[in-house]
Amino acid sequence: MDVMPKWAEIVLVPLISLLFAAGLSALVILGIGEDPVAAVKLMVTGALGSTYGWGYTLYYATNFMFTGLCVAVAFHARLFNIGGEGQAMLGGLGVALASLYIPWPHWTLALVGATTMAALFGAAWAAIPAFLQAKRGSHIVITTIMFNFIAAAVLNYILVNIMRPKGSMDPATARFPDATKLPTLHDLLSPIGINFSKAAPANISLLVAVAACVFVWILIWRTRLGYEIRAYGHSESAAKYAGISPIKITMVTMMISGGLAGMMAINNVMGEAERLVLNATEGAGFIGIAVALMGRSHPLGVFLAAILFGFLYQGGAELALWTSIPRELIVVIQALVILFTGALDNMVRMPLEKLFSAIHAARAPKPERKPVEPAE
Amino acid sequence: MGTHTTTERQATAAPAIELKGISKAFGPVHANKDISIRVMPGTIHGIIGENGAGKSTLMSILYGFYKADKGEIFIAGKKTDIPDSQAAIAAGIGMVFQHFKLVENFTVLENVILGAEDGRLLKPSLAKARKSLLKLADDYGLKVDPDALVQDIGVGMQQRVEILKALYRQADILILDEPTGVLTPAEADQLFRILGRLRSEGKTIILITHKLREIMEATDTVSVMRRGEMTATVKTADTSPAALAELMVGRKVLLRVDKKPAAPGDVILEIEGLRVVDDKGVERLRGIDLQVRAGEIVGVAGVAGNGQSELLEVLGGYHTGKGTVRVNGQSLDLTGKRSDGQSRRNHGVAHVPEDRQREGLIMEYQAWENVAFGYHNDPAYRSGLLMNNAAIKADTAGKMERFDVRPPNPRLAAKNFSGGNQQKIVLAREIERNPDLLLIGQPTRGVDIGAIEFIHEQIVALRDQGKAILLVSVELEEILALSDRVAVMFDGQLMGIRDADKTDEKELGLLMAGITDTGTAHSIDEIERNLALAGGDPHKEL
Repeated sequence: MDVMPKWAEIVLVPLISLLFAAGLSALVILGIGEDPVAAVKLMVTGALGSTYGWGYTLYYATNFMFTGLCVAVAFHARLFNIGGEGQAMLGGLGVALASLYIPWPHWTLALVGATTMAALFGAAWAAIPAFLQAKRGSHIVITTIMFNFIAAAVLNYILVNIMRPKGSMDPATARFPDATKLPTLHDLLSPIGINFSKAAPANISLLVAVAACVFVWILIWRTRLGYEIRAYGHSESAAKYAGISPIKITMVTMMISGGLAGMMAINNVMGEAERLVLNATEGAGFIGIAVALMGRSHPLGVFLAAILFGFLYQGGAELALWTSIPRELIVVIQALVILFTGALDNMVRMPLEKLFSAIHAARAPKPERKPVEPAE
Repeated sequence: MGTHTTTERQATAAPAIELKGISKAFGPVHANKDISIRVMPGTIHGIIGENGAGKSTLMSILYGFYKADKGEIFIAGKKTDIPDSQAAIAAGIGMVFQHFKLVENFTVLENVILGAEDGRLLKPSLAKARKSLLKLADDYGLKVDPDALVQDIGVGMQQRVEILKALYRQADILILDEPTGVLTPAEADQLFRILGRLRSEGKTIILITHKLREIMEATDTVSVMRRGEMTATVKTADTSPAALAELMVGRKVLLRVDKKPAAPGDVILEIEGLRVVDDKGVERLRGIDLQVRAGEIVGVAGVAGNGQSELLEVLGGYHTGKGTVRVNGQSLDLTGKRSDGQSRRNHGVAHVPEDRQREGLIMEYQAWENVAFGYHNDPAYRSGLLMNNAAIKADTAGKMERFDVRPPNPRLAAKNFSGGNQQKIVLAREIERNPDLLLIGQPTRGVDIGAIEFIHEQIVALRDQGKAILLVSVELEEILALSDRVAVMFDGQLMGIRDADKTDEKELGLLMAGITDTGTAHSIDEIERNLALAGGDPHKEL
């Protein structure tokens, strides 16, 4: 019997881990001579105190939802895809090609087209390490991280040598045509009377990200493919017995995973920058790992963790702006969250499990009543 | 609890081991509840019980792996604390584990002194050890070659090395955990002779087993454990297998399988010249020819690791092979896309794999998810791209009722069922597919006696419906009880096929050692040499 109720597993464990991470971060802030309470206040007002702050928080959260889902889907097949960064970069290339070279009549069609291209490019970039893993046994952790560097180099070459407009000194593409301009949250919310900040970059991609969360939930828990993915993730030997092809599952899962990472580009490239620049992903691919870890690879968990990290990101930027706390502190906090939710999971889990079984025992004074054993 | 002493001399001596009120709980599970036993010196004491009855926990407490929550241990009349295995060894307790703890590429001698070297230099301790080893071997009739590499000697001899290791550390009390699991019948007899010799030299032996026959053959007294409690301690001479089985299970059990003579029909499975090469390039099946007819059970006997697993894997569709396999006259692909488990199921082949935890079930999946496992593409279980969860759950509830799975909760994860109930889930899934051919490996491994009876009945019932059944088991008793014909496998080949009612354990045991002229006498040495040469892998975790 599971010791902990599900809500404790999904909410309580990550929350306590997070508190530990926050506590340690507070000590670090104290250590550099700043006031942690003031820092938290500043982060909250900066990230959540205005529609402008929310606009940035949600913009970052959208990125992290896509990359978090990317890692989460692969996790279900016990594949550790840390190539979300590179896959998202390639997704950016797909978005740029779709936006620049196809004359879209309306942003809705442009969004559909660009999303498809982003997913295809991301999937294609993930397909190569997947193939190497499935057919040659090259470990996916090694290959996907190497493919991040290759992706960066490829984009560098393409932006500098091919897609850079003549005469420009900036390694970036030309600005995308107006027809591909995606509506921001300001555009979406003003018809219903909500005045959302015009300057914030959050845009309709957020809705696509939420839809992607729903899609992943259905995929993993309702489809036959998801059933096979989870089965393969739990036990490769059992999957083989059942006739589930490890090659097929590795390829398909990684391509879905890479596709999700690639789709991030509709937010940062199409929605915000409106052109493809160097290093457009800004490490969002790696934050996806923390998001998936914290969200326990569940789409709802990923959604919540992405918003949390969006808050940390935006709040961290505010800290850097108004105090002497460097922006890198956010990286420290992220690292601590990964440390506590990933590596030190049992440190939180074990005492909690003990607590719950103690509560359980106290509630049921007569144990051993469960008819679990057979043979009477 | 009454203690029965075997001779007058022992009546006056203190017990070699006395446990008083030992209790141990793992969370809410009480593995041992208030257990007391006394074992007199110079006796063989058996501890018998089903899987999960708490035998191993009790012995782990005695050997210092676990600390008891309550209770006391007395060794030779003295209260002793055993916090770790070092203390157990110091107290004169030696343990022979089910899976040997030997370094394969060390010699026998090196293994014996491992962890008990004296001095920094190896050579003097080796020389000293050689002398005492030879003396021990002489005293107790434990013949070994001190300079042989462990990887080159047979399982029986490896077990003797384990016993010697314990004796070298001056053990007076030997605990053997399921010692015959990997032995052929002749080797098991040899082991019991050695144990008898050790007893006559004054050693005390605790034999843990689930095999009633061994208790009856080898022990002086026997304790029965059930659900963490010691239900009885009796003199072996005063009891019977049926009485012990009843004590183990808590009700009367049928020890023999009731079955009518087979009425074999058409040939369902035809295997010709089947060869399998494993990942390391070793040929595991070297030309198998076998037929199974409708309405018969063909048992494949053999020491574990002689190719039986590979036979099931290639027939089940997850190992490639060469040769011809036909089911209902249709040839099966042995390589390529059409050689997977799904294709096999489409040919009417169902498979209850040897290892239900690693292959047959996804332990984290709930029962209903496991009922669909392998059949998740069945039209009844799906609606378009989605799984039809409601239909699967409904089907699961029915299967759990018909196969008496307890608790009958389709939403419980497979890992939370007992071994027997896990096996019933797999059986329900495979048998209710109404297959033409059922492959079934180790059907009752790790399964409680009560469930064994039920599982055997289901297999025989399927046979009586005119299905072909290929049974693989390392339990010779089970093979003999269920099969109509027995094929014996040795080193990837079939040594012979016998009618089950015209053969016995002795003949099969010789065939299992690769000896085909079963009419003449053979020495234990010859058997061991043969088994060592075959290079099977008896410790393969199944």
